[in-house]
Amino acid sequence: MPQMNIVQAVNNALREEMRRDDRVVILGEDVGRNGGVFRCTEGLIDEFPDRVFDTPLAEGGIIGTAIGMALYGLRPVPEIQFLDFIYSAFDQIVSEAAKMRYRSGGQYTVPMVIRTPYGGGIKGGHYHSQSTEAYFCHTPGLKVVVPSTPYDTKGLLTSAIRDPDPVMFLEPKKIYRAFRDEVPEGDLTVPLGKAAVRREGKDVSLFAWGYMTHVCLEAAKRAAEKGWECDVVDLRTLVPFDIDAVLDSVKKTGRAVVVYEAAKTGGFGAEISAQIAERAIEYLRSPILRVAGFDTPFPYTLEDVYMPNADRVFAAIQKAMSF
Amino acid sequence: MGDLLRVIRDDGHADPTADPKLSKDEVLALYRFMVLERTLDNRMLSLQRQGRIGFYGPSLGQEAAIVGAAFAMEPRDWIFPQYREPGAALVRGMPLKELIAQFFGNALDPIHGRQMPCHYVYRAGNFMSISSVVGSQIPLAVGAAWAATIRKDPVASLVYFGDGGTSTADFHTGMNFAGVFKAPVVFLCNNNQWAISVPVRRQTASETIAQKAVAYGFDGVRVDGMDALAVVAAVREAQRKAHAGGGPTLVEAVTYRLGPHSSSDDPTRYRDDKEVEAWRRHDPIDVLRTHLSAKGLWDAEAEKQLAQQLDDAITEAVHAVEAAPPPSLELLFTDVYAEMPWLRRLRGGRS
Ligand SMILES: Cc1ncc(C[n+]2csc(CCOP(=O)(O)OP(=O)(O)O)c2C)c(N)n1
Ligand SMILES: [Mg+2]
Repeated sequence: MPQMNIVQAVNNALREEMRRDDRVVILGEDVGRNGGVFRCTEGLIDEFPDRVFDTPLAEGGIIGTAIGMALYGLRPVPEIQFLDFIYSAFDQIVSEAAKMRYRSGGQYTVPMVIRTPYGGGIKGGHYHSQSTEAYFCHTPGLKVVVPSTPYDTKGLLTSAIRDPDPVMFLEPKKIYRAFRDEVPEGDLTVPLGKAAVRREGKDVSLFAWGYMTHVCLEAAKRAAEKGWECDVVDLRTLVPFDIDAVLDSVKKTGRAVVVYEAAKTGGFGAEISAQIAERAIEYLRSPILRVAGFDTPFPYTLEDVYMPNADRVFAAIQKAMSF
Repeated sequence: MGDLLRVIRDDGHADPTADPKLSKDEVLALYRFMVLERTLDNRMLSLQRQGRIGFYGPSLGQEAAIVGAAFAMEPRDWIFPQYREPGAALVRGMPLKELIAQFFGNALDPIHGRQMPCHYVYRAGNFMSISSVVGSQIPLAVGAAWAATIRKDPVASLVYFGDGGTSTADFHTGMNFAGVFKAPVVFLCNNNQWAISVPVRRQTASETIAQKAVAYGFDGVRVDGMDALAVVAAVREAQRKAHAGGGPTLVEAVTYRLGPHSSSDDPTRYRDDKEVEAWRRHDPIDVLRTHLSAKGLWDAEAEKQLAQQLDDAITEAVHAVEAAPPPSLELLFTDVYAEMPWLRRLRGGRS
């Protein structure tokens, strides 16, 4: 079975879906001849010269026209070069794509996947690092997907492209090339809305997505040396998120630590915390804890301080265990 | 650049060099749709004042531009409306009852009371769902037209927007993408001189809106938006060019909003009645009627009959829909996604 990193898994999913379905088209900045600044679309223009488009530099135009394509019946997969640059398209995403099915009584729909790298850890400063998934999770009508492994990247992206509704597909750029997985060639789907338990444990539940999943796994390893066993739940999809997996884990461990790299206040981890508090408070043996970015703009030089790391997650585990 | 295309001369006859040469039936249908839109607007404004519908945005004065442009396209072409184009929806075959039910937002409303009045949709007529967000429909229209070229389908888009809409980023990106990808789009700017209380001079320092097309690499034409035949001629030419692979065209229809911006607006706060009266002398319905009379196609009796017929049709439609109950509660929760089994679970208190 081929070994792929996340970039290659994105590329493989796109290529196979474009072969399978001639309605799938790609548009964005530098996605054609250059293959994308992260090379996710490398070579696709050679195989599909009429379905891969380098566009003018305008995120609102990329998403707005992609929505028009989806309305017409195509399955566009626009790329936004960095999540940090998506905001001129924000209105098109939340006011048009997300609302179209509802506001037209199902007459028009927007089957579109917006791919975009997100998150810190690459020395990119404010404008190449943020993790603002919560903005999108707060908009009914959008699905929000965040893979953490190459295997899931291929499977989730394939499912997203086949999904009849608009999907935000956020790629954790820090681990784009960090490691390889066995990723099968050919049809591979991972269902949206299903979490994956990456490590099982009875003492503390760690909830995360994207790169933070790996931070949690490292912290869990360290906790194991202390004799504390962590359940590491990778949400994979934030909307719709797998409430059953979250509750099952918390009911088992009685302790919850939610880890996300966005600014703490109003981050999607706050929603996970609230759901646990509403539905499983009677199972809790310690307060729900959040380990997150700070409520500041994302910094350049001190990004390692800003981003949750295994030390901070371990400290939270310790706090939960000693409550 | 400043030239204004006109077809109907003051004596009512068409300028033979610019006449779109509609058949007798076509020109009568055009007139009928314009009067229908006018009658509908006046009736809906009065229903709003009586508290029977919640809101209304009339198109008084803009009927030639709205109906004329829709009329000039083919049914296979897609229409991306702004929010002032019930006449275009009717041209596309939207049943009057469905349209009026949307204004009531009740159980007969095809979109289940989910949007405020004037946000109708009619897929069977390739008539797109309406957003309140000014300008947002412009890139969508470009994307759909571009998609048609990718699929090699002979389909163009007509997109309506106002003079205010030309200030938005969406106008710029839409025009720019259309130029770059030669998308088959007819951009129809209804320059009605006002964006609520803000005059067009506050939207742009350009002498005309049409001239903006030059910067995007395609043609802009300026037509007398009170002259339905001029609008038909300009849009038809743009539509043919689009279908022939010639790319987009911007058509600026110079017109005037004779009524309030909406039922919530009081235009006496910001504009002079004299200005309104001056434009009223060019009422697009009067202009086209003069033409019909000059051609011997129309007289007072025909006018009376049409007025009665349209009034009756609207009365009948209102009666047919007004008494319907509100949409069922279940419809609050459907159509957020194609399938959403989790939504019930997440909102249903105990697990
Ligand atoms: C983006 C946005 N800003 C503000 C508004 C509020 N608003 C609704 S219509 C309108 C004026 C629009 O003027 P114009 O584009 O000329 O169209 P018209 O109403 O004259 O047909 C404004 C400011 C809105 N709906 N959308
Ligand atoms: Mg206006």
